[in-house]
Amino acid sequence: MAVLDETQMREGVDRETVETVQSMAGTYKHGWETEIEMDFAPKGLNEDIVRLISEKNNEPEWLLEWRLDAYRRWLTMESPDWAMLNIPEIDYQEQYYYAKPKSMVEKPKSLDEVDPKLLETYAKLGIPLKEQMLLAGVEGAEEGRKVAVDAVFDSVSVGTTFKKELAEAGVIFCSISEAVQDHPELVKRYLGSVVPQNDNYFAALNSAVFSDGSFVYIPAGVKCPMELSTYFRINAENTGQFERTLIVAEKGSHVSYLEGCTAPKRDTNQLHAAVVEIVVLEDAEVKYSTVQNWFPGDENGKGGIYNFVTKRADCREDRAKVMWTQVETGSAITWKYPSCILRGDDTQGEFYSIAIANNWQQADTGTKMVHLGKNSRSRIVSKGISAGHAQNTYRGLVSMHPKAKDSRNYTQCDSLLIGDKCGAHTVPYIEVRNASSRVEHEATTSKVDDDQLFYCRQRGMDEEEAVALVVNGFCKEVLQELPMEFAMEAQALVAISLEGSVG
Amino acid sequence: MLEINNLHAELEEDSGVKILKGLSLTIKPGEVHAIMGPNGSGKSTLSYVLSGRDGYEVTEGSATLEGVDLLEMEPEERAAAGLFLAFQYPVEIPGVGNMTFLRTAVNAQRKARGEEELSAGEFLKVVRAKAKELQIDAEMLKRPVNVGFSGGEKKRNEILQMAMLEPKMCILDETDSGLDVDAMKLVSDGVNALRDAGRSFLVITHYQRLLNHIQPDVVHIMSEGRIIKTGGPELALEVEENGYADLMAEAQA
Repeated sequence: MAVLDETQMREGVDRETVETVQSMAGTYKHGWETEIEMDFAPKGLNEDIVRLISEKNNEPEWLLEWRLDAYRRWLTMESPDWAMLNIPEIDYQEQYYYAKPKSMVEKPKSLDEVDPKLLETYAKLGIPLKEQMLLAGVEGAEEGRKVAVDAVFDSVSVGTTFKKELAEAGVIFCSISEAVQDHPELVKRYLGSVVPQNDNYFAALNSAVFSDGSFVYIPAGVKCPMELSTYFRINAENTGQFERTLIVAEKGSHVSYLEGCTAPKRDTNQLHAAVVEIVVLEDAEVKYSTVQNWFPGDENGKGGIYNFVTKRADCREDRAKVMWTQVETGSAITWKYPSCILRGDDTQGEFYSIAIANNWQQADTGTKMVHLGKNSRSRIVSKGISAGHAQNTYRGLVSMHPKAKDSRNYTQCDSLLIGDKCGAHTVPYIEVRNASSRVEHEATTSKVDDDQLFYCRQRGMDEEEAVALVVNGFCKEVLQELPMEFAMEAQALVAISLEGSVG
Repeated sequence: MLEINNLHAELEEDSGVKILKGLSLTIKPGEVHAIMGPNGSGKSTLSYVLSGRDGYEVTEGSATLEGVDLLEMEPEERAAAGLFLAFQYPVEIPGVGNMTFLRTAVNAQRKARGEEELSAGEFLKVVRAKAKELQIDAEMLKRPVNVGFSGGEKKRNEILQMAMLEPKMCILDETDSGLDVDAMKLVSDGVNALRDAGRSFLVITHYQRLLNHIQPDVVHIMSEGRIIKTGGPELALEVEENGYADLMAEAQA
């Protein structure tokens, strides 16, 4: 009995996919824009813009200096060119670095005061900003689950839900601009401690101009009572989004965090350069899941988001554990390597990834597992799917330092090709500098098999349903690591992003 | 039920390689027909052409299911119209649970026919009952489609799919290949349980032994893309004793 009931649960999820796909006959479904009056900073980037952003956020002097320092370093740096990406030259003076809905100039005191147009935007995206139970949507799930949401619209956080309930548990979940005001000591202590200002070109840019993002602090011994999530939406035209997220998990704490992203369809490219820093202390555990669905550009490769993201977790103390799960289906260009610094002994880092590139999308994504502590473990499972004219690269570093004795890594990279004009590449970097550690790497490349598709179609599925089923099967090991709500969205996305890739 | 008239088909690649050369066949509702023939006579090609697999071109002739032209339809439309092919080599689909696959297939067909989809509960109830008859346990329903299945498990799984989809016209392509005696009995019992006045079968096989379990009404001998002889079950026994050589010589004479 128990076995079959479990089957039924998964069953519900998979079926949901198929239904969702059928209900969304179109392509990118978040391509609409919200008409709303915005307050922009002048176009272009210089020290005055950095000062202006800092002033708009009413920041303390130290943070302004920190930003200016980052800006000056950025000026001396060059855009990285080692990825297998063809990145058109970006004119940084043609962008807006700050855009805020006018209604947000006087910060609303509660969600009730937020501009209804903004609330509508999120409702349309299916993001609950009202404090309500989120139904898991799975047959057999009797209880709804609570998910706290921080919604970021262009440069600012619109509001955060369930703050009170979280505060009772001692959890701080707010926008980073609020955290700077209300918890400056925490921000000052941890900001830039995982990803320094000059870490790389895009991290330096972000450090200079980041406008908002989420801040999470889980006190020692606390298991966060609900999932936390941030939803990023780029709306304004020619506006870069530079959010910065900082998560601190104190000793023995536990949190699961979700991140989702969408943007309107436009025929110009838009820039997104985010930084996520996670500090994990002794025995703490952080699970970070992303469903990235920025506008990927149209079928001719016009428009789309350039997604240059630096994400890193520092397992600073013993037995700290971090798990990255990402589903990357959007963006014209993805440059992203969520990493784990396994500093403490017996620390654990995991990275599960699905990267889909269709039409003219380019993705160069993977992870870095840096083993510094003894007996540290890491696991990488990457599923890359290429269709159309897309190029999809897995790039990953596994580094075993001399002191990381008896450490282990297991890497599995699978690539799936649909059609004959796309490419899949696997670029592993492995450095082992002690004799007792072990690194395993397995890689496969396969094509969606005509026999599989015919088999599905003979049983009554149409071609797109068949491809969705086969590809979701290919991704299963990663999909099952996602929280339930995300797993369904992700399965649907997998199918939608591959529409038109066969036949 | 199934009416095939002067069917000619060739491979799309290697053009000019003709495989079916004027095959005609009529199967009435409720009848079980067997096709026997030596290797390379075109038996499997016939099943692929009828089910709409890519790679074959029909150059002449027709095939209809209950009067509807099969050859004009997409494979999934043929399936929804009631055509089922039990594969000689069932395909593995890693990561896709057997149950998920079955339910997606059942509901895709129901939807195509404008029927209401089965709820999770109803579906589960039906699957459990039918799986039990074929000695398919819960574990096997959970596993990915055909991955790591033994030969016998794969064939039982095909019959389970057939039982769930309730087709009108079932083609069994060498369902006996790779089966031991016990598995053959199990599979045959499954097929016999589905025999019904409204359902017809076309059983493709090399050997007479399967026909001991699934008793045919009509037996056809196929050679070089055509039916060369048609008879009752005794024809299969004749082949078993004397081989195909005599029949082929007779046909050429």
